[in-house]
Amino acid sequence: MIIAEQKPLEEIRGLIGEAEKVLVVGCGTCVTVCFAGGEKEAGILATSLRMASKLEGRPKEVTHTTVQRQCEWEYIDPLRDQIAQVDAVLSIGCGIGVQALAERFPEAIVLPGLNTTFLGLPVEQGIWEERCAACGSCILGLTGGICPIARCAKQLLNGPCGGSQNGVCEINPDTPCAWQLIYDRLKAQGRLHLLMEIQPAKDWSTSRDGGPRKITREDLRLQAEQSE
Amino acid sequence: MSEDRTNGYKSGSRLERLLKAGHFAVTAELGPPQSADGEVIRKKAAQLKGYCDAVNITDNQTAIVRMSSIGAGTIVVQEGLEPIIQMTCRDRNRLAIQSDLMGAYALGMRNVLCLTGDHQSFGNHPTAKNVHDLDSLQLVQMVVKLRDEHQFQCGDEVKGIEPRFFVGAAANPFGDPFEWRPYRLAKKVQAGANFIQTQLIYNVPRFEEYMAKVRELGLHEKVYILAGIGPLKSPGMARYMRDQVPGLDVPNEFVDRMTAAAAGIDKEDKKARSQAWRQEGIRVAIELIEQMKEIEGVAGVHIMAIEWEKAVKPIVEGAGLYPRPEPEALPSAPASEE
Repeated sequence: MIIAEQKPLEEIRGLIGEAEKVLVVGCGTCVTVCFAGGEKEAGILATSLRMASKLEGRPKEVTHTTVQRQCEWEYIDPLRDQIAQVDAVLSIGCGIGVQALAERFPEAIVLPGLNTTFLGLPVEQGIWEERCAACGSCILGLTGGICPIARCAKQLLNGPCGGSQNGVCEINPDTPCAWQLIYDRLKAQGRLHLLMEIQPAKDWSTSRDGGPRKITREDLRLQAEQSE
Repeated sequence: MSEDRTNGYKSGSRLERLLKAGHFAVTAELGPPQSADGEVIRKKAAQLKGYCDAVNITDNQTAIVRMSSIGAGTIVVQEGLEPIIQMTCRDRNRLAIQSDLMGAYALGMRNVLCLTGDHQSFGNHPTAKNVHDLDSLQLVQMVVKLRDEHQFQCGDEVKGIEPRFFVGAAANPFGDPFEWRPYRLAKKVQAGANFIQTQLIYNVPRFEEYMAKVRELGLHEKVYILAGIGPLKSPGMARYMRDQVPGLDVPNEFVDRMTAAAAGIDKEDKKARSQAWRQEGIRVAIELIEQMKEIEGVAGVHIMAIEWEKAVKPIVEGAGLYPRPEPEALPSAPASEE
């Protein structure tokens, strides 16, 4: 899922600036599961912003709502009336949610309340780790199901580098060396021969390096759109 | 165009000719300054000239911005010393690396060391974006392809003279997983590396274990391995390298030896203590080189006296490696086809 964390309150207040009426919009999907931007967080953030503005002597009207998925038009369209009544919309969805709101309601000032951090999973309660870099060309079949693009600090395809020691990455003792993990798993599976192959220079054009990405599935498009 | 131009040599560099002739090679390291002062390079080059066969010019080492390796290498060429250009994958993509290498060749450089590069979080621009378009193995492949196939990485023909480099790569015998390291070296050889410079070696028995496996795989016959030697400056440096530098293996005996070197010298006499330590550091380096000479498959040493280039002379002399041999002259290339 998409992992995000809330921006510092001071930064959010700075973004809101002079806006008097603010609508905080939470999202019921990824950011709810990672406790960053769900219904509960939307309520707490709205209260915090109201209190802070009150303490400053300039009380703001901060309301909140949460939609099931901020990244789909059908879930955000019903917000039209609420958004029309405020000076600013503070989205605590991921970066996709913020942009979906801004795209659907171009007249509204839409602000981000979260920093979208990575695609990952909770490895245990309260700890999330990155797992996928969405490079558009999956090599997990060669690396024992462990991604060196997302998990090696240098994105090596022929690791490990000389900085791997005691199973951890040279950049941080809290970061496992992805290539040690890959080595251990392939060794346990008797598949170390996979590592003897030199992985050639990667085609990064499927990654963000190829420009903004888009998928079109003709089999799924509606007839009306196809004829346009 | 091919090896005809270099008379059967890969690049015909001094380093390549000496290694091919079977000499025990000595390379050293020259760190460019954190400034645009070419005088610093000339001064360091003067300290190293005659005491090594070629000198590595580091490429923003430890991710700290310094004069470029090719810029500094150009000055080194002018000073009559042969550079080994270090090239990392951290700061450049495949376009930049290829164009820089063509420039380096045109300026007279003939050796390149292909590295992944230290992560930028260690350096003075930790908020920088890194590149890592290629890794060090893929970089070796690309430089070899330019030379041997006369082609750019994309497969297009080089339109004219191709850059011909003697291609080096690094190896850390002490990184983990230890048992995988000889195989990773094998991959670098398979990619086309001609010479290898290793991480600093202090734990000789462990290095011997590594080399035994390297010989078992027959790699020492396919690539010239230069063992990394680093003179210690102080017990503090030895401790720091033992405890803080990932991928280094410094046994306690070296910390103890360095500590003992200044025993009996007044703690206040910092100059005398420092001098005693440095002398001991040079002695240790000489002893390590003597041990390296005995290991089958070690073709030379790479002396990394970081910001202490002056130490190379007494080390090389002390290890009986001075004067440096002259390589066989490179016969003039046949007339160009054009």
